[in-house]
Amino acid sequence: MIPLNTDEGFSGPVVTTQAPTLDWWLLAPFLVVFGAGVLAVLFEAFVPAARRRGLQIAVAFLALLTTFVLFVLQAGSLPEEGATLVAGVLAVDRVVLFFQGTVAVLALISLVLITERRDGRDAFAAQAATVPGSEQERAHIMAGSQHTEVYPLVLFAVLGMFMFPAANDFLTMFIALEVMSLPLYLLCGLARRRRLFSQEAAVKYFLLGAFSSAFFLFGIAMVYGYAGSVNFAEVRAAVENGGAPAFDGGNGEPLMLMGVGLVAIGLLFKVGAVPFHNWKPDVYQGAPTPITALMASCTLVAAFGALLRVFFVPFGGSLELWEPMLWTIAVLTMVVAAIVAVTQRDVKRLLAYSSVVHAGFILTAVVAASTDGLAGAMFYLAAYGFTTLGAFAVLTLVRTRDGGQELGDIERWAGLGRRHPGLAGALSLFLLAFTGIPLTSGFIGKFAVFEAAVAAGATPLVVVGVLSSAVTAFFYIRIIVVMFFRDSEEEGPTVVPAGMLTGGVITVGVAATLTLGVFPGPVLDTLLPSDEAGPEPAAVMVDEASLERTAP
Amino acid sequence: MDPMNYIVLAALLFTIGAVGVLVRRNAIIVFMCVELMLNACNLAFVAFARMHGDIEGQVIAFFVMVVAAAEVVVGLAIIMQIFRTRRSASLDDANLLKN
Repeated sequence: MIPLNTDEGFSGPVVTTQAPTLDWWLLAPFLVVFGAGVLAVLFEAFVPAARRRGLQIAVAFLALLTTFVLFVLQAGSLPEEGATLVAGVLAVDRVVLFFQGTVAVLALISLVLITERRDGRDAFAAQAATVPGSEQERAHIMAGSQHTEVYPLVLFAVLGMFMFPAANDFLTMFIALEVMSLPLYLLCGLARRRRLFSQEAAVKYFLLGAFSSAFFLFGIAMVYGYAGSVNFAEVRAAVENGGAPAFDGGNGEPLMLMGVGLVAIGLLFKVGAVPFHNWKPDVYQGAPTPITALMASCTLVAAFGALLRVFFVPFGGSLELWEPMLWTIAVLTMVVAAIVAVTQRDVKRLLAYSSVVHAGFILTAVVAASTDGLAGAMFYLAAYGFTTLGAFAVLTLVRTRDGGQELGDIERWAGLGRRHPGLAGALSLFLLAFTGIPLTSGFIGKFAVFEAAVAAGATPLVVVGVLSSAVTAFFYIRIIVVMFFRDSEEEGPTVVPAGMLTGGVITVGVAATLTLGVFPGPVLDTLLPSDEAGPEPAAVMVDEASLERTAP
Repeated sequence: MDPMNYIVLAALLFTIGAVGVLVRRNAIIVFMCVELMLNACNLAFVAFARMHGDIEGQVIAFFVMVVAAAEVVVGLAIIMQIFRTRRSASLDDANLLKN
């Protein structure tokens, strides 16, 4: 009990704090990943360099596997209405567990790409602190230095991704956002090849990311000013009561309007919606490809998990404030990104714009604001995550003639389909899934989100979405045409052998894309809530200030 | 004391920071402007905490300071790295990434 000094006009009540009861079982996944991250940092300090790599990989895989198993077990034992943890700062329900479980699987697969080595070297700089092309850099390369710090950084980023969709108040969400982003900024700058590009990507991502999180934070301050609390359920209750008691039931609305807008900017930046998408192509192109794969899959899933939670729980009662805004942004995203993508020549940039367009499609499900939309978005994100991981795995294999750098220029991919039909076939399948061709997971995902949007009366949005799909089909199919139907030139690409790791990732991507496309039933059935839940998405999400489980 | 004055000041500081990010070309200055924006948020949090007679806003300000400190560490590392490579912290020089 800590009584505060109430001298001099501090009008509030004497605040007393009680130690919260901790639900160790539900906290376990967070603690496992955090513990593994801390342990990995200690390994960096105390384990000899020669033995570090194997140890780091083992710890990272073990931690992520354990958390995935924990999420599955929790999903089986969690009460229907969910639970909150640590005095209501985190919430766990089936929606949250789905996002976390998806992130865990996708992070495991990305980790496979991150550990992949070619000629005994992985995708990361020998020593990022050295100047590219300098004597020191050569010395470090000759000495076989490597950045095993990559693994703890990935673990911390994944911890942030687990917390982001589970946050039950805005402060926790802000902390989760930073825990997720800060390691990613660093990871972007660690590429082994084309280090100038990589460093530039890191600076751009960092400055724009910090800029957007400042907007997010100012938005939180405005919401706090309006509601007198940052807890999601209390914000929602305050909206119903016309603001905090200090406002006397009125004149606080401008604060809430600003709050909703600024918080939305922060979240829309993370998912990369137009006009907050400018970082995506640069960062995707400059970052080491395995890290791009991690960002394109896990970050997008976690960010959408958080975005859905914010718009459906604390802002769930202020639909009229955010629906017109998200409507506009969804249209802009689908139209602008699809058109700009047509002009791209670099495959990584093209996939970045494709990711922006997909964010637009998923936003149509957010605008629907229904349980069907929520389920559609969840399916879409999982399906897209596997497909995009597979696509980036293919990109790591296609190199320039000397086998060194990855070859991004689409025009120079001519003849790939004739010489490496398996690889080109896999990439074609991924691209067709991005387009949304039937029998791929992309079709089912698109159908689910568009169906939810039509049911919610957002038909114009769906018309724009379908037209935008048609435009995107043009550039996906252009890649397929170049690979299969154009004669190879002198400067054709070299394909390095896939090996077990990258080959495994591509196989998993193909399998998930086909399975979710041909037999989506079981997954969709588990995602769609029972009819009693009603159309209100908050019905399937924890929307209580505190819902601690009694002694487990 | 009307807390609204402090909110207006916070909004002003935030705007100065945001404009600075958009118009300045030196990475360090841009970064300092972001820090100014974060501190404007802190001022808003503390002023609102006073207005509501609630301790939560002040606690948030402490969390934000810690996050800002962590951000400085990461940010300066990244900016140092690009400065050593290019001998310049100008954002206009860093323009390799384009179509």
